[in-house]
Amino acid sequence: MDALEIARWQFGITTVYHFMMVPLTIGLGLVVAVLETVWVRTGKVEFLRMTKFWGKLFLINFIMGVATGIVQEFQFGMAWSEYSRFVGDVFGAPLAMEALLAFFVESTFLGLWIFGWKLLRPGLHLAALWIAVIGSAVSAYFIIVANSWMQHPVGVKVVDGRPVMTDAWAVFTNNTALVAVPHTILGALGVAGGFLLGIAWYHLWRRRHDGIDTVEVAQEGTARGKQRVVVGEAVGVAGRDRTDHAVWLKSLRIGAVVAMISFAGTAITGDLQGKLMFEQQPMKMAAAEAACHDGTSFSVLSVGNLGSKDCSDVAAVIEIPGLLSFLAHNDFTTNIQGVNSLQDQYRKAYGTAVPDNPIYGDRAGQAINYVPVMEVTYWGFRAMIGFGGLAALAALIALVITRKGTVPESRWLMRLAVLGIFAPFGANAAGWIFTEMGRQPFVVAPNPAMAGSVDQVFMFTAAAVSPGVTAGEILTSLIVLTLLYAALMVVEVRLLVTYIRGGVASAMPELAETAQKHDGGPHDGGDGTGGAVAEKPADDVLAFAY
Amino acid sequence: METLPTALGTTWFCAIAVLWLGYLFLEGFDLGVGMHMKLFARGERERRVLLNTIGPVWDGNEVWLLTAGGATFAAFPRWYASLFSALYLPLTLALVALIFRAVAIEYRGKVHSDRWRTAWDWALALGSGVAAFCVGAMLALTTTGLPLDANGDRVGGPFVWLNGYAVLGGLAVVAFALVHGLAFLALKTDGEIRTRAHGAFVRWLPLAVLPLVVWVLAVQVRTGAWWSWALTVVAAAAAVTAWLLGRRGSEGRAFISLAAFLAAGAAAIFSAVYPVVLPSTLDAANSLTVGSASSSDYTLGLMTVVALIGLPLVLAYQVWTYWVFRRRLTVDSIPTAHSVVPAIVVRLVTGKSA
Repeated sequence: MDALEIARWQFGITTVYHFMMVPLTIGLGLVVAVLETVWVRTGKVEFLRMTKFWGKLFLINFIMGVATGIVQEFQFGMAWSEYSRFVGDVFGAPLAMEALLAFFVESTFLGLWIFGWKLLRPGLHLAALWIAVIGSAVSAYFIIVANSWMQHPVGVKVVDGRPVMTDAWAVFTNNTALVAVPHTILGALGVAGGFLLGIAWYHLWRRRHDGIDTVEVAQEGTARGKQRVVVGEAVGVAGRDRTDHAVWLKSLRIGAVVAMISFAGTAITGDLQGKLMFEQQPMKMAAAEAACHDGTSFSVLSVGNLGSKDCSDVAAVIEIPGLLSFLAHNDFTTNIQGVNSLQDQYRKAYGTAVPDNPIYGDRAGQAINYVPVMEVTYWGFRAMIGFGGLAALAALIALVITRKGTVPESRWLMRLAVLGIFAPFGANAAGWIFTEMGRQPFVVAPNPAMAGSVDQVFMFTAAAVSPGVTAGEILTSLIVLTLLYAALMVVEVRLLVTYIRGGVASAMPELAETAQKHDGGPHDGGDGTGGAVAEKPADDVLAFAY
Repeated sequence: METLPTALGTTWFCAIAVLWLGYLFLEGFDLGVGMHMKLFARGERERRVLLNTIGPVWDGNEVWLLTAGGATFAAFPRWYASLFSALYLPLTLALVALIFRAVAIEYRGKVHSDRWRTAWDWALALGSGVAAFCVGAMLALTTTGLPLDANGDRVGGPFVWLNGYAVLGGLAVVAFALVHGLAFLALKTDGEIRTRAHGAFVRWLPLAVLPLVVWVLAVQVRTGAWWSWALTVVAAAAAVTAWLLGRRGSEGRAFISLAAFLAAGAAAIFSAVYPVVLPSTLDAANSLTVGSASSSDYTLGLMTVVALIGLPLVLAYQVWTYWVFRRRLTVDSIPTAHSVVPAIVVRLVTGKSA
């Protein structure tokens, strides 16, 4: 492998890893902010507990996103210096704005939130979280503006062979970005929804399994619908009181609703995005369909050697007539160009061979293939939609099953719910891999609306890598970072699992004191308030101290 | 290509100098406190006091680095591209160190086990030290130059940057962070830690500022002008003042004087190299300058508007954060550590059976 291949792997691994953390941070942050808002407004103790528990998991995950985000920002200069030189005039601005207008806000106000439980008035404390959460959404906006410019360059003219920004408004309101931002944020909410659903399900199941909650059949012999959930408590165990039941049941149902809303939203925004993409990057959509020949049908399943690039042996097994045309143009009859005819067009417009320029090194003169790796785009597209749909369906089923107030005793259903946490992550990762790999061989894809214009901008990925950096250096960083990411993933998951199994008391040690007081002593009669009295933390300076 | 610096280009050169200064000043003390987890702290309670002095603010401080990097990308893409790609390995090392450090701060207290905490203490101390060293080396090389060809690419292999200036710059930032961390601890704690931190600050200050002074002088000798020499004198005077005030027991004033030393020292360095942003040691014609490396005036103008709105806001809420967390910490303010017990041992406790 040469420096280019290694640099691409390095970028891909860093990005996908970073984007495991980011959606959970954005989605869960929003959920926690809403939970704390409800707590501040209603004073209901279960919402305080939910805020603390989900907030703790949010923080464990947040830091990993921060740590990997720095790599993300620096690698443009490190491994892609030609790219940075080429696009710096327009691409650097959103990155710098993200740091100045979003990162500062996020990290400073999150610090206030973590340590400010006792120092700030409840309203101010809540405001700190909202500001941090809005900061993370703004940060997503700026990053997507930068990325969208790579997908669809606008607002520039060419001076001395490089794009120079002439219209910041066009760059920051790029239609590619305006649909990608809600799509991404809704995708992040899906991650949070699945996360809440799976974990809350586990705890409700645990309560039944441990005999805390029971289900009584009200009338013998009647239909199954006449069951009544009897919420119990385990006085000796921190936090496992009646409030605990409310915490998990509400978390589960909120998670399910959030997951369903997010799927509906991603489907709508995804459709808009797809229509834009047919216009802006027709080859990406053709490759997503493995549609070699022109036509109107959508392939549900295709077979053949998809990697063969020349489309010679790809055959559609199941097709939905007209759907592809509908996805692109809202009608069923418009002919959509397939890979083969697009390949000819691209060759005419951007050349058949890599230009004879020193920046391309050994690649100069090689034939250019304008078709992205089809098995990645085809299956990436299907994985994105499939995982998302699966998560939404699971959420709907969960809502129906839990309407009586608890989950079934079934162990395998619990396992499925926990496993279901990963589906939205898969959808997010697949979506990004699809959109980034589908742009190849360009790092800056050409804007078809500017075809033939002197100001048309595009850049081949092969020209973007740092000429002065050796393959060995990039390989070293690839190995070091990948090993580090793998180790940190183990650590993060271990910590998350520990705190999840610990239940609410893991984030509210003060609950343990209630349990201690009860230990061995008589039960307080169960007035349903749970540990409400004891949920005033000791008066220390650092409520969430390290 | 000889291009004269524009007014906006010069403004952004100053802005980036200010961002680096903000980074060195703010993260300087939390890097120092990180290293002191192993050097200064005695026992678990003290380590937790140290960690909590920087807990609410360290992440915000680190963003100054990201902003300095991002602003360089936006305002001087060629500077960003040449510097970051030439220093590929030391930057990778810095990133790894920063990752370890960030994760250590957040994860150290999350598991109640001595082995776990010791491991993260090392990650935090070494991560802070290595990050400080690499950032210092990178800044020093920015002022003394790298072997760059006409395109701005490094010539001569992955380790060609490794020279005396890199080591000097690395040591300068590490040493400064250590003593700056002590000054911060003296301000943020009370009781025995405060006394010890103050004593160590006074003892180590003269030695700790030395590499930074040598770096400033080295740059002055190479390319200094009268105003940068004047700033050098101011920096030296501030360092002496910090020491004298420290000896008299004025912690706050000593801290401010040390900050003034850093500010004047950094200003002396940046003003001495201006208008060159990254010298080429191969051929002066290959050096990147404010004029040749900057973005278009349109982009710079846009960034100026954003910075004029954003930077005062950032300063305002960061200052407010320090005000909110102004209370001094002692070993008594640290709550008892607790282990996370899985909430699933119910049947043993209740005796109920499923």
